[in-house]
Amino acid sequence: MIFEDEPVPGYPLPIRPGHTSPGRFERLLRAGQFAVTTELDPPDSADPEDVYRRARVFDGYVDAINATDGSGANCHMSSMAVCALLTRVGYAPVMQISCRDKNRIAIQGDILGAAAMGVCNLLCLTGDGVQAGDHPQALPVFDLDCMSLLETARTLRDEHHFLSGRKITYAPRVLLGAAENPFAQPVEWRARRLAKKVAAGAQFIQTQWCYDVPMLRTFMQHVEELGLLDKVFILVGVGPLRSAKSAEWIRTHVPGVHIPDEVVKRLAGAADPAAEGRQLCIDIIQEIRTIRGVHGVHVMAYRQEHTVAEIIERSGVLNGRKPWSPGGDPQANTNRMAS
Amino acid sequence: MYAVRQWSVRHARGLNTLYRALEAVLVALHPLFRWIGYERLERPVAAVERSVKGLLFDCRMCGQCILSSTGMSCPMNCPKNLRNGPCGGVRANGHCEVRPEMKCVWVQAVAGAVHIPGGTQALQEVQVAVDRRLHGKSSWLRVVLERVGEAR
Repeated sequence: MIFEDEPVPGYPLPIRPGHTSPGRFERLLRAGQFAVTTELDPPDSADPEDVYRRARVFDGYVDAINATDGSGANCHMSSMAVCALLTRVGYAPVMQISCRDKNRIAIQGDILGAAAMGVCNLLCLTGDGVQAGDHPQALPVFDLDCMSLLETARTLRDEHHFLSGRKITYAPRVLLGAAENPFAQPVEWRARRLAKKVAAGAQFIQTQWCYDVPMLRTFMQHVEELGLLDKVFILVGVGPLRSAKSAEWIRTHVPGVHIPDEVVKRLAGAADPAAEGRQLCIDIIQEIRTIRGVHGVHVMAYRQEHTVAEIIERSGVLNGRKPWSPGGDPQANTNRMAS
Repeated sequence: MYAVRQWSVRHARGLNTLYRALEAVLVALHPLFRWIGYERLERPVAAVERSVKGLLFDCRMCGQCILSSTGMSCPMNCPKNLRNGPCGGVRANGHCEVRPEMKCVWVQAVAGAVHIPGGTQALQEVQVAVDRRLHGKSSWLRVVLERVGEAR
C-alpha cells in the first residue's frame, strides 16, 4: 500500500491531524486497515546486511517490523540500531524498549535518538528477567516499569520535557505501544491491566502468542466492557509451531506462553507437523480477525521467519493490499525522487 | 518472611484498618514530631518501620509505600520491581517467572485488594517511577508531612 504523499525512503510522512507520529503504521491503523506486524530476530553480528537480509523476507507482507530489545535476556544487536538501519531504507520499525537493561536517563535519551532517526513506533516493555538469558550474572536494572515507561515516553512527546522537568526543544513524534498477555495469571485482571496501560499512554497493543481463541474472546469481551475498544488498537500475537515436541517445550519452558492440550494433540497427530503448525496459525488468524476490536496480527515466527509470507498470503487478511516495501513500487519511487 | 507475607495478604482488610489508625495517630502527633525535628526522627522511625513492615510484608524500604494500593502485597518483592501490575511471564500456577518457588506478588495483590475497601480501584492507579533517593527512608514520616501539606 502506497500513500499519495509517500516520502523518499528514510524521510517522515506528513503528520495527519489527530495523529501523533509521521509513520506509516499509525496511518494504516487509523485508516481502519487490518495491520500485519512481525518480529525481526536481531543478528549476533555488526554487519548491517544481516539486518537487511532478515527484513527482506517479510517484504510485501508486513506493515511494521518489531526490533526486539535483548529478548529472552539474550544479547543481540540493539533494537535502536536495528531500527535506525531499517528507517534508512524506509521500513516502519517498532522499537522495543525493555526496562531490564537501562535506567530512566538512558531510556529517555534513546527515545529522543530513535525519533531523530525516523523511528515512529515504540513498544514499551518490562522485559524478561536476566535469569532467562545468556548473561544471568548481569545486573537487572528495572528502574522504570512498563507503565512508568509509557508515561515517560508520553511526557516527552506531549509535554515536551524530561522526567526531571527540563524542557526539550523538539518532541519525539511517536506512536506508543505496549504488550499484554491475556493468557497469563491473574487472568481476570488482564483486561484491567490493559486499561491501565491505555491510561498511561498506550495507543496500540501487541499480545503474547494466542493459541487459545476462546480465552482471547473472553479477554476482548472484558476489554469491550471497560470501554477500551475505540481507545486502543489491538494486534494479536500469533505464530507457527514446528511440532508437538517444540510446543511442549515452549509451554513448559517459556513463561507466559499458554498452549492448550488440543493444540499439542493436533500437531502430534499430523503427518507433517510443521505444515500443520502453519495451518493452525492460519486458522487462528482467520478466527481472530472476526473478533471485534482486533485490528491486526503480530506474527512472531522465531527462527521460522521465512514462513511469515506464506502464512499471511494464505490467511487472506491483507485482502489484496500490498504493504510497503523498499522498491515495492519502483515507478512511484522514481517519480518521488525526481520531484 | 514468606509465610507471614502470605498471611498479611489474607488479612489485608485488618492490616489496612490498622494502618489507617496508625496513620491518624502519626498525623495527630505532627506537632510533637516537628518539635523534636523530622531529621532527628528519621533514623529511629525508619528502624521501627523496617522491622514491623519487614516482618509483615518482607518490606524492602523503598520509602514510598503503596501497600494500601496493592492489596498489602509489597510490589518491591517482585524481581522486576513492578509497581503497576504483573508482567506477562506469570506461570499457570500463579507463581513468579524469575523465582518459581514464590507466588507472583501481583497475583497476591489482586487477591488481597478485594479485602480492602476500594482496593481493586486502587490497583488501577498508575504508579509513577520510584524515587530511588528515598530508599531506606521512613515512608510513615513522609506520609505525615504529605497529609499536613508540608511534603518535602
